[in-house]
Amino acid sequence: MTEKLVIIGAGMASGRVIEHLRDADPEAYDITLFNAEPRGNYNRIMLSPVLSGDKTYQEIVIHDADWYEENGVTCRFGEKIASVDTAAKTVTADNGDVLAYDKLLFGTGSNPFIIPLPGHDLEGVIAYRDLEDTQRMMGLGKGHSAVVIGGGLLGLEAAAGMAARGVDVTVIHIMGHLMERQLDEAAGYLLRRALVDKGITVKCSANSKEILGEDGKVRALLLDDGTEIPCDLLVMAVGIRPNTALANESGIMVGRGIHVDDQMLTSNENILAVGECVEHNGALFGLVAPLYEQAKVAAKTLLEEEAIFVQKEVSTKLKVTGCDLFSAGDFAEGENREDIIFRDPARGVYKRLVIENNTLVGAVMYGDTDDGSWFFGLIKDATDISEMRDTLIFGPAYQGGSSMDPLAAVAALPDDAEICGCNGISKGQVVAAINAGAHTLDAVKANSKAASSCGSCAGLVADLLGVTLGDDFKMPEKEVICKCSDLSHDDVRKLIVAKELKSIPQAMQELDWKTSCGCHVCRPALNYYMVCAWPGAYEDDGKSRFINERVHANIQKDGTYSVVPRMLGGITTPDELRAIADAADKYDVPTVKVTGGQRIDLLGIKKEDLPSIWYDLGKAGMMSGQAYAKGLRTVKTCVGTEHCRFGTQDSTGLGIKIEEAMWGAWSPHKFKLAVSGCPRNCAEATCKDLGIICVDSGYQILVGGAAGLDLRETELLVQVATEEEAIEVSCAFYQLYREGAQYLHRPYKWIAKVGLDWIKEQIVDDLENRKEKAAKFHYSQKFYQVDPWAERAKQGVDAHEFTPLADFTKVAAE
Amino acid sequence: MSDFIDIGSVTDIPLRGARVVRTHRGDIAVFRTATSDVFALDEYLPGKAGPLSNGIQHDNKVTDPMRNWVFDLTTGEALGADEGTVATYPIKLEDGRILIAASAVTAVAAE
Repeated sequence: MTEKLVIIGAGMASGRVIEHLRDADPEAYDITLFNAEPRGNYNRIMLSPVLSGDKTYQEIVIHDADWYEENGVTCRFGEKIASVDTAAKTVTADNGDVLAYDKLLFGTGSNPFIIPLPGHDLEGVIAYRDLEDTQRMMGLGKGHSAVVIGGGLLGLEAAAGMAARGVDVTVIHIMGHLMERQLDEAAGYLLRRALVDKGITVKCSANSKEILGEDGKVRALLLDDGTEIPCDLLVMAVGIRPNTALANESGIMVGRGIHVDDQMLTSNENILAVGECVEHNGALFGLVAPLYEQAKVAAKTLLEEEAIFVQKEVSTKLKVTGCDLFSAGDFAEGENREDIIFRDPARGVYKRLVIENNTLVGAVMYGDTDDGSWFFGLIKDATDISEMRDTLIFGPAYQGGSSMDPLAAVAALPDDAEICGCNGISKGQVVAAINAGAHTLDAVKANSKAASSCGSCAGLVADLLGVTLGDDFKMPEKEVICKCSDLSHDDVRKLIVAKELKSIPQAMQELDWKTSCGCHVCRPALNYYMVCAWPGAYEDDGKSRFINERVHANIQKDGTYSVVPRMLGGITTPDELRAIADAADKYDVPTVKVTGGQRIDLLGIKKEDLPSIWYDLGKAGMMSGQAYAKGLRTVKTCVGTEHCRFGTQDSTGLGIKIEEAMWGAWSPHKFKLAVSGCPRNCAEATCKDLGIICVDSGYQILVGGAAGLDLRETELLVQVATEEEAIEVSCAFYQLYREGAQYLHRPYKWIAKVGLDWIKEQIVDDLENRKEKAAKFHYSQKFYQVDPWAERAKQGVDAHEFTPLADFTKVAAE
Repeated sequence: MSDFIDIGSVTDIPLRGARVVRTHRGDIAVFRTATSDVFALDEYLPGKAGPLSNGIQHDNKVTDPMRNWVFDLTTGEALGADEGTVATYPIKLEDGRILIAASAVTAVAAE
């Protein structure tokens, strides 16, 4: 006997149910199909190609009027169901018609989530969900601008589609990188680069604050940081919510979605649900593969056959021309999980496989996704990959053969990339010298001048010998930055500049990093190299800094912190001392100590008190002494001619001037100075990174001292006649060290490597270069001479660092 | 009755950041990774490591700021040559909220 089936919603899942029913038993059900949209089933996934103009709406229709007629489906499109009476087994349409059913199928899909920002109800604020939304976007063209909130799959497809029509598009994404649910940071970086190349502006870690309007129509989006982005259309693509309103009113069980069991039955035995509106074992569904699987199971259940819906792994592909990416399975790190990573910087390829217990559990690919479905098969089937592990990442076509090429990053450099900064030698010139017969490092040095000065590019020159000569050249052993890379510190620094790498994910991709996001050794080094290379342009990544530099205080063994205010040249005042004493009282500071660098240290301060003690010290005019920094620490001085009968110059004044010029600077390691007013050297300048000893005829500049694990006496760099020259040489020396030394090397280690003679050539003999280095230092200082304490105490910077997320100790225990 | 307690929005912790939840049994460090997964571990391994919320995160690992021990956020185990495990607690994200197992934060010290 034919039963009555009423279906609410003509989407892809319910459409597939009808197909299965008609294929299996066309007489089983008399079907009535309601749809709120005034049309039948079309392929929503293909709206993006419609938007970009690659397809027309007609091409993405799945079921047209003829199909419904042939299959005997009564269509009631453009009509909503107002209510369901589960006891009487009837539905009521919004025009009042009452229809009886034997079985009812919910396919109500989902609603786009609209962030309730002020202005979200303005004309011109839309979601990206149906054909109407698509047509709104297609109405824009050259001269229009649009903002897309949401850097997920749908948002990026919307952005790319509009950009292809000539629209000026900005994508606003709250997370640190695009498509964070499908991609890791490295693949996210490549995707961002490809979108930027298409002319799309991408802002990550951006918080929307308000949608601004004019005459009821959207005008611009305002971000938290005050940026205003003008737009004619604002598309929110921030996610979907199952459409459960009707199901809820009907009294069937609803959580985040309509609850269904393994047979796709809801809590009512005559009602089924499929698609984006359902919740199965706590999961929601948005991709098409599981929806079609649900449809298959629902059809069998309706035909009283046995079937079970099982959740499976899903894969994602982005449908944007020129952005080839693929993601499947679970690519989070975990115990027993290992990564295999392949990067080809020249082609912009990134592949990452995640392996657990000899099976593949996740895959992320960018740039070359040809093998995606093969990897996906391995994930779904949980194939044992131990046999092919060595060559797994090269895909099914590749078994055996050579391993990854650590020289790829160097091979990919353009010919005009600078290799030797000292002598201005490009890659092309080095390769030319090699091809002309210079087959050893020494021969290249002699014939091209490359690596013949400070020698820090020797590693790169060796790599070029390897690339050019192949197996004929035996690579020298080199010390790599850490286990994440095959490059040395020097290589990395030079490549950051040569390839203009301006973010950590970018550097890791372009330099062929072997781990997905580095480790505690390379991240701080990369962060410093970027800070040094791109002042003003690089956004400092606090999460890549050691805790002391992240919270601007020194962590102590019990987890408390110490605070050292800056006292230029070691000079203080009664007012400052009173403020310090008051702060010590107010915050119960257990220890107040005078440091070796002529400062006062307040030890034992609780982390959450830091911003307020800084506020109090700031009111008395004091700022951070940066006693925690791999950067400028202190300038010690003696009292000099001002008071001392032996003084030859104003050593205190000079010390203050130098500290004023240098405070706030970051460097490979800490940098300590001292200025003594006479050779009696009361300021102990001869064991400092840079010391100045005043003499009758001027100032002796001494460098490369240390009094730590190693004890080193300074060597004389130069003697100058005036204070101005002393300051200029000091700044030039600091800049040369900042640019050249490897992270965590004090100047004496760097000098041992490059030689004091080379440093003299650079900034003693070459006056023009001295001026240039000093100018570069002062330029950089424009961006880094910001008191980090004031930012945190007064402007709330990084407030999350200083307060607990939640405190249950204040909740009374029962 | 819920087994999980809402302790804040996921955006209260920056990516690759961590914050502390204070409980009567001691501090719990809540981490948010680059891929926005959340993990909850004891802040200290007494005498050996911590405060872990102050460490540098990389992938699903954190490097302790005191002795550079590296802990796996998913298991709380020290990796490499170091031996030790910090307790982990059930934690999850739902609709942008961070939910932690109620048992982790409400119980009072046993003795």
